[in-house]
Amino acid sequence: MSSGILNEIKTLIWKEVTLEWRQKYALSGMLLYVISTVFVCYLSFNLRRNQLTPIVWNTLFWIIILFTAVNAIAKSFSQERYGRLLYYYSLCSPQSIIISKIIYNSLIMLLLSGMGFVFYSFVMGNAIGDMGLFILCLFLAAIGFASVLTLVAGIASKADNSATLMAVLSFPIILPMLLMTIKLAKNAMDGLDWSVSTDEISTLLSIDLIVITLSYLLFPYLWRS
Amino acid sequence: MRKIWWKILCIVIIFYVIIMGLMGPVPHLAIINESIRNTYFHVALWLAMTTLLFVSMIFSIRYLNKGRIGDDDIASELAKSAIFFGILGCLTGSIWANYTWGDPWPNDPKLNGAAVGILIYLAYLLLRSSFEDEQRKARISSVYNIFAFAVFIPIIYILPRLTDSLHPGSGGNSTFGSYDFDNDIRKVFYPAIIGYILLGLWLAELRIRIKVINRVRDEASITSDKVF
Repeated sequence: MSSGILNEIKTLIWKEVTLEWRQKYALSGMLLYVISTVFVCYLSFNLRRNQLTPIVWNTLFWIIILFTAVNAIAKSFSQERYGRLLYYYSLCSPQSIIISKIIYNSLIMLLLSGMGFVFYSFVMGNAIGDMGLFILCLFLAAIGFASVLTLVAGIASKADNSATLMAVLSFPIILPMLLMTIKLAKNAMDGLDWSVSTDEISTLLSIDLIVITLSYLLFPYLWRS
Repeated sequence: MRKIWWKILCIVIIFYVIIMGLMGPVPHLAIINESIRNTYFHVALWLAMTTLLFVSMIFSIRYLNKGRIGDDDIASELAKSAIFFGILGCLTGSIWANYTWGDPWPNDPKLNGAAVGILIYLAYLLLRSSFEDEQRKARISSVYNIFAFAVFIPIIYILPRLTDSLHPGSGGNSTFGSYDFDNDIRKVFYPAIIGYILLGLWLAELRIRIKVINRVRDEASITSDKVF
């Protein structure tokens, strides 16, 4: 049974990757979105670059990542056609669909936030004290954002005005995660000892776990409608 | 449903809370002074709100399990009265903060968390209003309601404790109860919570009845249309 689900998940992820690869405009569009947003920020701050304090640097980066995540994941359900959804419905269990979507979106978010970070530190300067901790933070945030937004995208795609709804539903829910991430990233920038950040890391991990479990439990009900 | 005793109890308790809350004896503490009476309103309102939201989530779970539309009505109306209490809680808290902390909206994690919590539930109402089909609306908003409660609790009760907050129970401050809760306060505080919960149930019950009546009337008009 469990190996069956694992197989389904693997196939579904593979299908997502293939689809994405065939229509390259989606992923490259998102990459371009990150890069142009970063560039807009760079040009807007250009005049006063020396006034870009670490706090502003950090906050700006995470807000860019947040908007990228919302835009990238919003389409994960709405791009599927109705007939194709029915086809999945008859083929595989809802659990494997949500898990595969979460994993796939996490991968996309890892890619996007990684690229975003590289480009951001390239143009805006890089003042990070502890690179390992910052990468861990990126990793946790990418997974967390992806898992929250996947379920919300599933909810919003059922409604008519899904673009507005996506933002309204996800921003307040994602806020605790965003605040924790910003705090953890600030610790990483200041190069504090890891023991200082264990609180934040464990909170982020537990929020991720809660969200993934809830998505796993709740998605079947969403899927049926 | 037609039982009236709990409504009378609710009125009696609310009046008891208002009279004893404003006139009863309270401990005298520095800075807080007489504003400690706000405990009966502000703190009790938040606890009542959390209870109502919890019950609302239970009904959402029940709806998902059993699929009866009535459970969803109850869940949504309970959430609405909880939002009403939340806004009242914010207002009373802001009056209190104005006199003790010197600012109606100090930059405090708990306040911001509360604002975010209310935003989450306003989004729930928006989500509900964006569906036409009843069953679909009920199912999807139930899913969101459960999800929202699971996020709401950390925002209000866990995250502020990790950071520095002006509220008791955060950032190394001890919780209530431990040092300034004497028996005079308890005598009014616990009834206050029960009174507000009953009031919230009453509000919700009235609106549920309106909903049920409207639904029956709609169905009646549809069937009569078919006849003619």
